[in-house]
Amino acid sequence: MATQASRAAGRLMISPAVILLFLWMIVPLGMTIWFSFLRYNLLIPGDNPFVGIENYQYFFTDPNFWPALWNTLTLVLGVLAITTIGGILLALLLDQPMFGQGIVRVLVIAPFFVMPTVSALVWKNMFMNPVNGLFAWIARTLGFAPFDFLSAAPLFSIILIVAWQWLPFATLILLTALQSLDSEQLEAAEMDGAGAVSRFFYIMLPHLARAATVVILIQTIFLLSVFAEILVTTNGGPGNASTNLTYLVYSQSLLQYDVGLGSAGGIVAVILANIVAIFLMRMIGKNLET
Amino acid sequence: MGQIELKGVTKQFGDVEVIPPLDLQINEGEFVVFVGPSGCGKSTLLRLIAGLEDTSGGKIFIDGKDATDLRPAQRRLAMVFQSYALYPHMSVRKNIAFPLKMAKLSQAEIDKKVEGAAKVLNLSSYLDRRPGQLSGGQRQRVAIGRAIVREPAAFLFDEPLSNLDAALRVNMRLEISELHNSLKTTMIYVTHDQVEAMTMADQIVVLQAGRIEQVGSPLDLYRHPRNRFVAGFIGSPKMNFIGGAEAAKHSAHEIGVRPEHIKAGQSGEWQGRVTVSEHLGSDTYLHVQTDHGLINVRADGEIGLHHGDTVWLTPDPACIHKFDANGMTI
Ligand SMILES: Nc1ncnc2c1ncn2[C@@H]1O[C@H](COP(=O)(O)OP(=O)(O)OP(=O)(O)O)[C@@H](O)[C@H]1O
Ligand SMILES: [Mg+2]
Repeated sequence: MATQASRAAGRLMISPAVILLFLWMIVPLGMTIWFSFLRYNLLIPGDNPFVGIENYQYFFTDPNFWPALWNTLTLVLGVLAITTIGGILLALLLDQPMFGQGIVRVLVIAPFFVMPTVSALVWKNMFMNPVNGLFAWIARTLGFAPFDFLSAAPLFSIILIVAWQWLPFATLILLTALQSLDSEQLEAAEMDGAGAVSRFFYIMLPHLARAATVVILIQTIFLLSVFAEILVTTNGGPGNASTNLTYLVYSQSLLQYDVGLGSAGGIVAVILANIVAIFLMRMIGKNLET
Repeated sequence: MGQIELKGVTKQFGDVEVIPPLDLQINEGEFVVFVGPSGCGKSTLLRLIAGLEDTSGGKIFIDGKDATDLRPAQRRLAMVFQSYALYPHMSVRKNIAFPLKMAKLSQAEIDKKVEGAAKVLNLSSYLDRRPGQLSGGQRQRVAIGRAIVREPAAFLFDEPLSNLDAALRVNMRLEISELHNSLKTTMIYVTHDQVEAMTMADQIVVLQAGRIEQVGSPLDLYRHPRNRFVAGFIGSPKMNFIGGAEAAKHSAHEIGVRPEHIKAGQSGEWQGRVTVSEHLGSDTYLHVQTDHGLINVRADGEIGLHHGDTVWLTPDPACIHKFDANGMTI
């Protein structure tokens, strides 16, 4: 869009979509903010008086708040680490010419099509179950005591499950990025004396930086609000060992029927997500420039 | 250093034989140009020498040593790609320094060599830019810079100038020739530009379908083409070929005369009518319809002939090439 007129026309053209999206976002957000200042419990009928920041005080002083915050960050960072590193390795593998390439690629993408609830149930009952699970069977076959994943290492188990779901996404994006790398660049590097490892670190990895940034940004947005996997497997427990912020908001507002408190938690989660997003943009957003 | 020898080298892609057994000797310090029609295997041959493709048969010797199974980096050759193949995320300085860094030179040495190369190639003021912020000619120079810092035994160029505009191409052509004169390193250069081949080469290798048709100095090929293909390929505008009775007069199956060896005038051997005349200022290219077919003539700039005019053409008898039925020169 080079000229002033075309820019103005462009703005005009996209304004309906922007206005609709803005309303779509601002109405629920506004109502949530409004509810968060009310004493609004479904179990206590009557009017809903304005109580200022009382709900926020309750939320922050909840003994589960800090552990939940910590769990959220651990979950996000853990899954990001597994999916980006694993995704790069898998993409490198899938980029090699091999027999049955098409089918292998479809198989790799498959986990992404499985609903979070279903995949969590599959993991819980078929893999991690200490009695019937595959892992328990492997452990017993090898003569070890079965490990009860979901009660002994609940957060780690959930990280595994979520990482399994997101690995295909990361792999797919990184694979397409890898395939867009000009083969002459690799050949030039080869002639310049770079071995396979140097070629990976000096040529491929910088080329993948932008795709990896996209993977990290998109995943972070979704990982901050992981919920189904926790609900299905551990219910946030044992204790609060696998409660993240989303789950905390759920347990406070829905399990205790406190709309006001839940809204306050929601707003806190929104603010935290924005802080994380700003950090991310600062740290890696420059990869997206030009 | 920089003598390359191919002995019976072949290359197949699947069932397709792109290079039939081929022998070639490139002497130290020579500027050798590979020319040939598109798809004849010029790039493939270059990549075989570079080690980017495995040979299907035969041996490649570099400086007398068998290099057939050496990896590209061990052959001490540097290549300049048509697409430049610069590393987009590195500055010009880092691009040029990359081969030195891979060779594990000290930082001081790297800096010295990069500065040196940048000076030779007029890149000093661009060292901290990214390739994306350079013009085509500058990028080309960076690619050459990356090649010369390694002080290779030979340079390989694959159509390095084909992405540049005409004026820049002339400039870069001169720069590469100068570079060759000052470095005296063997250079192998692929092109399908006539002018580049004629002006830069010590030796031209004319290829067709992977076979070497002729090897020789530019003027040698121009004056004494070994066969009809080379005669038609070298020289611009193309040589005129005339068969039938006119050829029989010279006891040949076909004769060839270059457009610059035909005189156009008011009287002569062949009568014809001008169909198109292209006035270039210095020259006029006449397309003349005669009884022997369409004949191109390169005439004086001031000749003043136009569409529809009648002319007589006279070939220079000393410059008539004769070919037998197999297309070989008699
Ligand atoms: N990787 C490959 N697999 C199969 N065939 C190939 C491959 N690379 C090249 N060829 C074939 O080999 C022949 C020679 O190709 P090459 O690239 O060497 O031609 P070229 O002389 O460089 O042509 P141009 O002047 O158009 O660059 C072509 O017919 C091409 O189709
Ligand atoms: Mg080519």
